[in-house]
Amino acid sequence: MSWSSTDVPRRGRRAAGAVAAGGLALLLAACGAPAAPPAAPPAAPDAGSAAAATSAEQFGGMDKLIEAAKAEGTLNVIALPPDWANYGEMLSAFEAKYGLKIDSAQPDANSQDEINAAKQLAGQDRAPDVFDLGVNVALANTDLFAPYQVASFGDVPANLKDPEGKWVSDYTGYMSIGYDAGKVPAPTTVEDLLKPEYQGKIALNGDPTAASAGYHGVMMAALGSGGSPDDIAPGVEFFKKLKASGNLLPVDPTPATIASGQTPVVIDWDYLNTAQTSALAGKVDWKVVVPQNAVVGAYYVQAINKDAPHPAAARLWQEFLYSPEGQNIWLKGFARPVLADKMAADGTIDKDAYGKLPATVGTPVVLTQEQLTKAQDYLKANWAAAVG
Amino acid sequence: MTDVVAPTSVPGSEPAPPATGTGGAQRLLRAAPYLGVLPFLGYVTLFLLWPTYIVITGAFQDENGAPTASNLTAVLGGGEYLDAFVRSILLSLATAVAGAVLGALLAWAVAEGSPDGLLHRAVIAGCGVLAQFGGVMLAFAFLATFGFTGVLTLFLADILGVDLLGGGSWLYGLAGLVVAYTYFQIPLMLIVFLPALNGLRPQWREASENLGGTGWDYWRHVGGPLLLPSFTGATLLLFANAFSAYATAAALVSQGSPIVPLQIRTALTSEVILGQANVGKALALGMIVVIAVVMTAYALLQRRTSRWLR
Repeated sequence: MSWSSTDVPRRGRRAAGAVAAGGLALLLAACGAPAAPPAAPPAAPDAGSAAAATSAEQFGGMDKLIEAAKAEGTLNVIALPPDWANYGEMLSAFEAKYGLKIDSAQPDANSQDEINAAKQLAGQDRAPDVFDLGVNVALANTDLFAPYQVASFGDVPANLKDPEGKWVSDYTGYMSIGYDAGKVPAPTTVEDLLKPEYQGKIALNGDPTAASAGYHGVMMAALGSGGSPDDIAPGVEFFKKLKASGNLLPVDPTPATIASGQTPVVIDWDYLNTAQTSALAGKVDWKVVVPQNAVVGAYYVQAINKDAPHPAAARLWQEFLYSPEGQNIWLKGFARPVLADKMAADGTIDKDAYGKLPATVGTPVVLTQEQLTKAQDYLKANWAAAVG
Repeated sequence: MTDVVAPTSVPGSEPAPPATGTGGAQRLLRAAPYLGVLPFLGYVTLFLLWPTYIVITGAFQDENGAPTASNLTAVLGGGEYLDAFVRSILLSLATAVAGAVLGALLAWAVAEGSPDGLLHRAVIAGCGVLAQFGGVMLAFAFLATFGFTGVLTLFLADILGVDLLGGGSWLYGLAGLVVAYTYFQIPLMLIVFLPALNGLRPQWREASENLGGTGWDYWRHVGGPLLLPSFTGATLLLFANAFSAYATAAALVSQGSPIVPLQIRTALTSEVILGQANVGKALALGMIVVIAVVMTAYALLQRRTSRWLR
């Protein structure tokens, strides 16, 4: 869909013309022309098309982008659970700030489901406008994304974004061990989990051959038991022992299983585990530790669907996410936003929230694409036989 | 879940008389009765034939659509996929046999009673509901009863101090699937097997007794042979029912993919190992082959049974 006068109802034509004129005025201003022509021609497919815009300037500035997004009225998001990285607040803050309605589909879907939905719903009003994806899935589907550079694009480290802006890392976490301090002793290393005190208590978030969190849980175990980013085998061996000892539970943890006490120890991202600490305050003494010398992180990335039914709203959403306001909302959900270092230097970071993240011992590891692929191949061949 | 529909026995179609009319209008008239079947054909094409076509062609294509046999060799090359087929078949076989035996006994008990009796009608109505009580609801019912914090697990642990079967961890794997599947297999067996039991005419038993036969002789030489094809057919139907079930397993098992439908889920939705969609289709093709064999056997048996029961 493109932002042209044919796409808007008749009484909206004037607004559409104004935007087109605005864009044209900008062009003409560059040529030194004094004013916009009296009658704006229909918007050219590229000049006025929100779907082709790669920055807010191409709309004629933030105000025009907001105006265009408001005219679309809706933003379709997918796979954003309200209790994941504080997305609940993110969605309502965006709705309140810009007056757009957000249609949030399949909040519990995974990254591949997002891509599947975009393909299956292509051309429909319900198709997702924006994605929040694991790097792996994102890199395999870049042809589905529209390049766009938010205002703070230049502040994102070069290894964490596509040079054109087809995808940009948004937030990360470190793999952590959440535990009910009222039921089990505090673990400090990965090896601690093999102790008999944890019999029938440990849950891993997701099957490592299917879910990114579970996958990085195995990588964390590898780093903590003699492996390296290039060698995940000790992690698989660790979980094999964990299962043989009866410590590993066969269920995926959810906030419900944590609250009800079914999963007293949970291997998951620190932002999810830390979120449970506050959610369960007063009921369960939920503590979070990043195991020593096994610090592994993985950024999620943002991308815009190139066939987004609401292209301007999708771009406005990105601007919001990468504004200090949006970054701090993630931080309040215990995710480490990609601009955290820059914001800490600028003093725009929410210091309270920043201080709540669990301390780490050891150098954080972020896997390269080659390391990801190598470990995947190993898991595919060996996980099911060892643990499944 | 229990979405396998029992094919109803179709009376042998008359061979068409040799065409004598030459006029197109006459031919059109003869075709008219078949027009009514068009919506059904359309439905089958859209929801059965077309998806099957997509699955079969996808199984022989790589990610870019080029022909390849690598998906099939990945499935047939042993390892996890073949193990999943073996487990799927064993699970279906175990629950089909358990469901068939228990369901047949229940059906026998019901058939002995008065057909208009309250118990008879209540059991049939109840089984009609329970046979369709599969999927997420059934999984939830089991989790709420036998799971880690299930009512029964907690009752046994807190009141009696018994830690039954690892505190409920059995439920989240193959053992849980066997129990949950059997739960909907038994009532389905009653529904498909009861008509065969009702088809046994009292006169046959009287005839057997008039000729000096004992109860054993009657079941050995009359009742048993009459019911055997129908019993075997129903068992095959239960097998297909369990083999194709997905939702119950998906809701119960979250770590690992012990059976084929869950392997297909992982192949289609994994965010770690990508580009597996066509391996998923090859797995689906394997399932189609297994089901085709079972349903062919079922149809052959059904034909034999219906000859006697007509």
